[in-house]
Amino acid sequence: MSTHKITVTVNGQQHSAEVESRLLLVHFIRENLRLTGTHIGCDTTHCGACTVLLDERPVKSCTLFAVQANGRAVRTVEGLEQNGQLHPVQAGFKEEHGLQCGYCTPGMMMTATALLEGNTNPSELEIREAISGNLCRCTGYVNIVKAIQHAAKEMRGAAAVPSQAANEADATVHA
Amino acid sequence: MIPSSFDYVAPSSLDEAIAVLGEHAGDAKVLSGGQSLIPMLKLRLAAPTVLVDINRIPGLDYIEERDGALHIGALTREHALEASTVVRAKYPILLDTARVIADPIVRNSATVCGNVAHGDPGNDHPATMIALGASFVARGPNGTRSIPAREFFQGLFTTALSEDEIVTEIVIPAPPPRSGGAYFKLERKVGDYATAAVAVQLTLGAGNDCARVGIGLTNVGSTPIAATQAESFLVNKPLDDRTIAQAAQLAADAADPFEDRRGTADYKRDVIRVLTARAIRLAAQRAQGTAPTAGRA
Repeated sequence: MSTHKITVTVNGQQHSAEVESRLLLVHFIRENLRLTGTHIGCDTTHCGACTVLLDERPVKSCTLFAVQANGRAVRTVEGLEQNGQLHPVQAGFKEEHGLQCGYCTPGMMMTATALLEGNTNPSELEIREAISGNLCRCTGYVNIVKAIQHAAKEMRGAAAVPSQAANEADATVHA
Repeated sequence: MIPSSFDYVAPSSLDEAIAVLGEHAGDAKVLSGGQSLIPMLKLRLAAPTVLVDINRIPGLDYIEERDGALHIGALTREHALEASTVVRAKYPILLDTARVIADPIVRNSATVCGNVAHGDPGNDHPATMIALGASFVARGPNGTRSIPAREFFQGLFTTALSEDEIVTEIVIPAPPPRSGGAYFKLERKVGDYATAAVAVQLTLGAGNDCARVGIGLTNVGSTPIAATQAESFLVNKPLDDRTIAQAAQLAADAADPFEDRRGTADYKRDVIRVLTARAIRLAAQRAQGTAPTAGRA
């Protein structure tokens, strides 16, 4: 068994700790840093409740060791709000009622954040594909998709929402 | 779930990684994407005493075409295949395959080389690599050797790799003009292993006859399977409905599936028959330029 001194930047703040090799990143986040917004769901890489951004890419933090994050940057749901202002993704989930029990929500919002920071005008199909590794057992995803579209609209400013024609094209591809 | 204790090393060169593997022969595992290994450690299906994390080794993350072949480095993530222009243009079968592996979040971490080196018959790239005629570059203490995909998979989680070797690269011969490929997978839901899946890569000759073809099958045996009888049957034949149906039946005959929650053995064999026919048709359309190389309804 070995322990390692690691330094991880979490939500812009550096944290150093001595960790066991086998400590999972999600346990480091929840137990060492007490950032309990990141949830553990299935614990087997399926559900995505533990999704965080590692160097701005979504990863399942139950499937990564804390030591692997040494020297890297992690963003969790606690990092979304800035200066008391909800992130557009958080505001979208609030406005469109994108959650019921809330268990999947932090992971869902981190995936959505990464998607929208790379593309503020995703099609419905792109949104549905992006969140296909995040399971929600309450909503049927309809309001989650609306929430992400709401956030996308806010993030691209006054630009128009995706046209009806684009949405119909998505529906065709789905069928 | 918490894995058994292990030592962790993150070497900065391949030689150093290979030396550690040699020192702990049989007790060390290579950690690349970790998306199969870490769940196995948590479920305690594996309990190596040392993990050799190769993610800090520079120069292993690339997809490049040179010397008539596509080279995919050991740390190339699945999402990079999806984003690659050359893959989208010339290797549609690779894009088909990458897009049905696990889910997009897992694909941010999972590596292509890890998907083959793991030796899981449920993984998707092995059948595709068989169809493409790929080989894997293995590096050990005595240098490198090239192992054809068709000789690499020896049994359940058992490959031709020695305990002190690392797959550093996948090499795929560039397909000649009028080539196309496709990967069809039946899965119960996003992220599931295949109930069954089929990879077909073919090249058309004069008069649209099949000049050459590779067919690989996923998750219908203890290893990925090369459907060699179906392949030889197709060569120099026109790809008409009757020929395709006969080849699809030969591919189904090559499958040796187990019954599990995904279906009975007979059902899975029949899925292979149906998917083989679909994959041959789409591969031929792509070879003729009548189907898009990326995406399908």
